[in-house]
Amino acid sequence: MHKTLTPTPLPLMREKEQAADAGPRSVRLLPRILLAPAVLSLLVWMLVPLVMTIYFSLVRYNLMQPGEREFIGLDNIAYFVSDPDFGPAVAHTLQLLCAVIAITVVGGVALALLVNDPFPGRGIVRVLLISPFFVMPTANALLWKHMMMNPIYGVLAQVWQWFGATPVDWLTDHPLFSVIVMVSWQWLPFACLIFITSLQSLDREQLEAARMDGANALQRFRYLTLPHLGRSIAVVVMIEMIFLLSVFAEIFTTTGGGPGNESTNVAFLIFKQALMNFDVGVASAGALFAVVLANIAAAFLIRLIGKNLDK
Amino acid sequence: MHPRWMLALRTVAAWFFTLLLFFPLGWLALTAFKTELQAIEVPPHWLFTPTLENFVEVQRRSDVLLFAQNSLITSVVSTVLGLMIAAPAAYSMAFFRTRHTRDLLMWMLSTKMMPAVGALVPVYVLAQTAGLLDSLTALIIVFTLSNLPIMVWMLYSSLRDIPGEILEAARMDGATLWTECRHVVMPLALGGLASTGLLCLVLSWNEAFWSLNLSSARSGTLATMIASYSSPEGLFWAKLSAASLVAIAPIVAFGWFSQKQLVQGLTFGAVK
Repeated sequence: MHKTLTPTPLPLMREKEQAADAGPRSVRLLPRILLAPAVLSLLVWMLVPLVMTIYFSLVRYNLMQPGEREFIGLDNIAYFVSDPDFGPAVAHTLQLLCAVIAITVVGGVALALLVNDPFPGRGIVRVLLISPFFVMPTANALLWKHMMMNPIYGVLAQVWQWFGATPVDWLTDHPLFSVIVMVSWQWLPFACLIFITSLQSLDREQLEAARMDGANALQRFRYLTLPHLGRSIAVVVMIEMIFLLSVFAEIFTTTGGGPGNESTNVAFLIFKQALMNFDVGVASAGALFAVVLANIAAAFLIRLIGKNLDK
Repeated sequence: MHPRWMLALRTVAAWFFTLLLFFPLGWLALTAFKTELQAIEVPPHWLFTPTLENFVEVQRRSDVLLFAQNSLITSVVSTVLGLMIAAPAAYSMAFFRTRHTRDLLMWMLSTKMMPAVGALVPVYVLAQTAGLLDSLTALIIVFTLSNLPIMVWMLYSSLRDIPGEILEAARMDGATLWTECRHVVMPLALGGLASTGLLCLVLSWNEAFWSLNLSSARSGTLATMIASYSSPEGLFWAKLSAASLVAIAPIVAFGWFSQKQLVQGLTFGAVK
């Protein structure tokens, strides 16, 4: 097929954006054929679950009770929202989100500034610093649950005892806080890595000039470094929002949402409805809620990245 | 303060916080080579004779090699499959830009924003209907699709950096599309392809949501195997550590090499 293309040199698009629309038929067809597999599979991956979720959320459908799927309108959504676990689950989701974002952004900026200028062993420090981000969530969760936070043998208990304090049973007494610690441990290196990358393009001569003019370290940070980091901070916040709204593996492997509902977030509540209560209808109603929540976050991110694309 | 003192202070602070963050991982690596009794000893021993018996025991109990094989198959196959679908699309968008290209890219990004839990029920029901629960096929399909937007984006941004004049020149010289791809684009795009593949391997290897929900004994990945160590019975920390070390060591090492690509891939090129 490509043989037919050779006589006419293909127009190159960067300068003339519309050119592909105007070429001979074969030239117009080829880009579409190349695009088709990716576009079609993503279209299916997005539309089929969405349509099914919307349908399931409107019918009575329990995997344990086969039979007629009766249309019940908004009952599932009403049920999910009036579930006594729903309010706390939304609150926990937001607490988890805000706490982890605050910890990773503040800690990440501080760490990135600390390792930005050369010092002995900087290369090794950077490698060690980024490592926790590559640990799979289930291994991360169990590492913290057993070896760090166990109230008798855990490292934290031993540190507490060394200082003469009573060891804390983290997962029972502070379940949500424990999850926050695990998730932050994973995402702090990510934030730090992005800030390190961003700091590399900071204009050092400008910083030096400011120092000569008598600006102190705090002023230089406030008026030069922080504005420079603004964009990457926004990106980190948005990306983490997407991932943290649906934290699942850490809760699944450690607290199981408990004790009670103290560490249940929206993602885990939907999982409980779907695969533990087998209530597909209610779980789907919850899923729609989660999609709306994520889309609010995504709208900002897309705008941010879209701006970048035009540059 | 004297600059030398500042440097010393900064060095100490940087090392202190780094070691603090790295400590859990280092501790895990140490515990993997202890006996179960040494693992829970208070106060802990820093000096001990390392043993490999945990690795042997873990393999005997839960067949780590099977799970490792599953992890390897799912991540490699989904990466290759993803590259095969994403590369033509990225090529088309980078070199045949139309006024729809930007919208198409944004739409692909938006599919990545859908929380996985939103699709859990339909995907589970579909997999059940098709008899694909606990199969490698289901995991490969889901991994490929969920990584696809990131792959298209990364490949697109690396292809976009290839100057159009080079292609123009090749076409003027009568190069067919195939020779153009093979001899002009491929060598220039190899770095982008490699880093995209690397990132997707890391993401698939560590994926936990879908593997926990769609697989168990037969097609479970290392991430699900580790989760089965959640129950608190018996003395098992050393074994848990050994299993975890097997599961994370290759990918952590991998990650060290792909840091830069990771930043670009995960931020969709918004931070360079």
